[in-house]
Amino acid sequence: METTKQEQNSPFLTMKGIGKSFPGVRALRNVDFTLRHGEIHALMGENGAGKSTLVKVLTGVYLMDEGSVRLDGVLVVIRSPQEAQKHGISTVYQEVNLCPNLTVAENLFLGREPRTMGLINWRQMNRKAAELLKKLNISADPTAELNSYSIAIQQMIAIARAVNTECKLLILDEPTSSLDADEVKKIFTLMRQLKNSGVGIIFITHFLEQTYEICDRITVLRNGELVGEYEVEKLPRLELVTKMMGKELENLSELTVDKDESRFEGEVPIMEACNLSSGTSRVAPFDLKMYKGEVVGFGGLLGSGRSELVRAIYGADKAVQGQLFIKGKSTRIKNPLEAMKQGMAYLPEDRKGDGIFADLSVRENIIIALQAKHGMFKRLTRKEMGKFADEYIQLLKIKTAGSETPVKSLSGGNQQKVILARWLLTNPEFIILDEPTRGIDIGTKTEIQKLILKLSDEGKCVAFISSEMDEMLRTCSRMVVMRDRQKVGELIQTELCQDTIMRTIAGGEEGNE
Amino acid sequence: MSNFNIGNKSYLPALKPLAMNLLRSRLTFSLVILLIVVVQNIITTPTFFNISITNGFISGYIPNILDEASELVIVTLGMTLVIAVSGGVDISVGAIMAISAAFCGMLLNGAEYRTDVFHSPYILALFFGLLGGALCGAFNGFLVSVLKIQPMIATLILFTAGRSIAKQITFGQTIYIMNPQYKWLGVQIPGVPVRTTIIVAIVIIALVVLFTKLTSFGLYVQSVGINGSASRLVGLNSRVITFMAFVICGILAGVAGLVGSSGVGSVNSGELGLAIEMDAILAVALGGNLLSGGKFSIAGSVIGAYTIQAITTTLYAMSVRADQLNVFKAVIIIMIIVASSDVFKERIKKLSRKKSSKSMPVGGQINEGQ
Repeated sequence: METTKQEQNSPFLTMKGIGKSFPGVRALRNVDFTLRHGEIHALMGENGAGKSTLVKVLTGVYLMDEGSVRLDGVLVVIRSPQEAQKHGISTVYQEVNLCPNLTVAENLFLGREPRTMGLINWRQMNRKAAELLKKLNISADPTAELNSYSIAIQQMIAIARAVNTECKLLILDEPTSSLDADEVKKIFTLMRQLKNSGVGIIFITHFLEQTYEICDRITVLRNGELVGEYEVEKLPRLELVTKMMGKELENLSELTVDKDESRFEGEVPIMEACNLSSGTSRVAPFDLKMYKGEVVGFGGLLGSGRSELVRAIYGADKAVQGQLFIKGKSTRIKNPLEAMKQGMAYLPEDRKGDGIFADLSVRENIIIALQAKHGMFKRLTRKEMGKFADEYIQLLKIKTAGSETPVKSLSGGNQQKVILARWLLTNPEFIILDEPTRGIDIGTKTEIQKLILKLSDEGKCVAFISSEMDEMLRTCSRMVVMRDRQKVGELIQTELCQDTIMRTIAGGEEGNE
Repeated sequence: MSNFNIGNKSYLPALKPLAMNLLRSRLTFSLVILLIVVVQNIITTPTFFNISITNGFISGYIPNILDEASELVIVTLGMTLVIAVSGGVDISVGAIMAISAAFCGMLLNGAEYRTDVFHSPYILALFFGLLGGALCGAFNGFLVSVLKIQPMIATLILFTAGRSIAKQITFGQTIYIMNPQYKWLGVQIPGVPVRTTIIVAIVIIALVVLFTKLTSFGLYVQSVGINGSASRLVGLNSRVITFMAFVICGILAGVAGLVGSSGVGSVNSGELGLAIEMDAILAVALGGNLLSGGKFSIAGSVIGAYTIQAITTTLYAMSVRADQLNVFKAVIIIMIIVASSDVFKERIKKLSRKKSSKSMPVGGQINEGQ
């Protein structure tokens, strides 16, 4: 291999017209992407935008259907992660993929240990490791076990391992999402150093601040398509947020909300959080009041801490500080069952992982929360269960062959309705809905939105998280805005419009000139 | 046979779901195997169904199978719950049997090697025997539910140490309990023509079924086994539920230990329930239960346990020698397990699909683009 002197600005990687389909979904459609030598390039987009598919095409995990990849102008075909490695492409994922009980040096050289006569040359390995760590300014002892270091250092060692192998292109997939501010700084220093030595870095993150702090350019994807490629200085935050979220207005039936705020004056809130937090890396301390009969939306980008905030209230993540008042009474919620007994309900974001019991029947899935609330020895009778299940199947128009059908055979939208039924059955006063409409058909979406309004009419309090701003605008009377794991604002009445919300989400420098 | 969807339309709505359910149900599979074993016996051993009364016992091949399977059935019930809740196995059940029997035997014998009179009330001794089983189960349950140790590793501790502990309880020797009352549980209660083991097994099955169905325990176990994180969010305490499953498994192993030692009138910690854990795991699998946990069927496990014993008895009836028995058993088990594997089923499905698609016109695929 001969090394040609590349100009700092010439593109190292050029991806053109990339397309990739999975059964039933077009994950990528005609996407272009370029990366220069010594550049940090943010790849941004909301859920389902195609970021990870694009990265997986580049690293050979997926084979693309159409398009071309060029490295230094030479057409290449990457069929496996090993081939990607040979081309100098390395990836570091959010979770550290190293062996915690091996030493730092072993981790750095795992699979390519320096050998003399077939045996591992430990002294040489440790020396080389020390050199590498010194070069990258990582303060770690090569002979210490990896798990004796913090996640940040481990993450840096993972990066060191990645760049050790003739790396020209480094992909960092949310490396900072579980780190605190100081640790992020350390990672950034390392990234800048790599950049200066000519490594091109693709940086995937949900944090706006970090993007603006370290990146040179931004490529935004939405729904598998390229929105555009921008120089960071020329793209105000607000514009970035708008580009990421898109503005398509779906033609759903018109719903109106009573957005009068004054009616809560003097009322005791159903839920009041004071300085509540579930640890710094989850969500920063926040204050929040929620009243009977209102729908509060939670806005913000993916990973901004919306889910973490409601999970702290529900006790799904243990609160480490602050106080929670339920109807004015100070309450400690140690686990979800206690939250349920206080009249809460929580529909989780990850329907498959946290919601449904795939092999259980629709009936069992519906009654499980009520049964858990009653306790093991106060079993609902079969007749009661059947009655409840049938009632809610009818009420929510759940399309199922019957109440005994396994829930896994239902469509996503109907599974979601089953989980809604589960919580409505417990007759909650405070309902948390985390992305209840994600991945389900338009018809069901509208039904769920109507249901939310109906619940608030009945005097229940609804916390509603959605990535679709339109549906929140249609249903909410108040909106809490989150950015970078912090509650940054609360919008009411006239402020509740797309413009203000985008601006609050973007924060920092104002977008309008 | 497979032409359901081409047949008369009026039968379709009623027949199709039934047929599909039968095909899909995992219970069907274990029943079919049992049926094959039975049919095999009708052909090779004409006396298979003969039942006679000898020495005041109902005897014959079938009562014999029911009798000999009792310990396994009882242990299998506990194993079913453990597998369902944790997706792991309890390999210490055999050792727990020995510990439980040792507790009971020592109380009855009053620290003597051999005695004709009970040194403590029979009921009390049985109770302490079961308590021993429960304690072992609680130990396993603690390791698994609180310390989050893999079930197999956690139960490996008692698997290794259990028989030794039992030996310590009996001062390092096999103890003999000569009081005829001791054999009530494992052989016969005077005047009752049926072996007590059969009755005990049926009573225990009934108790477990009632407990899992009358309380929500069965539902909770399945929920935790299917989706632990969702269980937490709907307010279930998976720790308590897992712990309970292990305790119940320990108690049931205790029952099996008491029955087993009563059957032979002695406590021999080295022999009692030896290798029963493997048969129990197999029985659960044969019953169509997923070893990865989740949904379980008590009926399936029970049928599975009886099937294993039926296979053993059948082989004996076919005059297979004891030293050859395990080889034959292994062959049969391999066949059963291969036939029930998903890969095999998928292959069969593909084969039948190919056959049926031959008769249909092959649809031309439309190439998009280009």
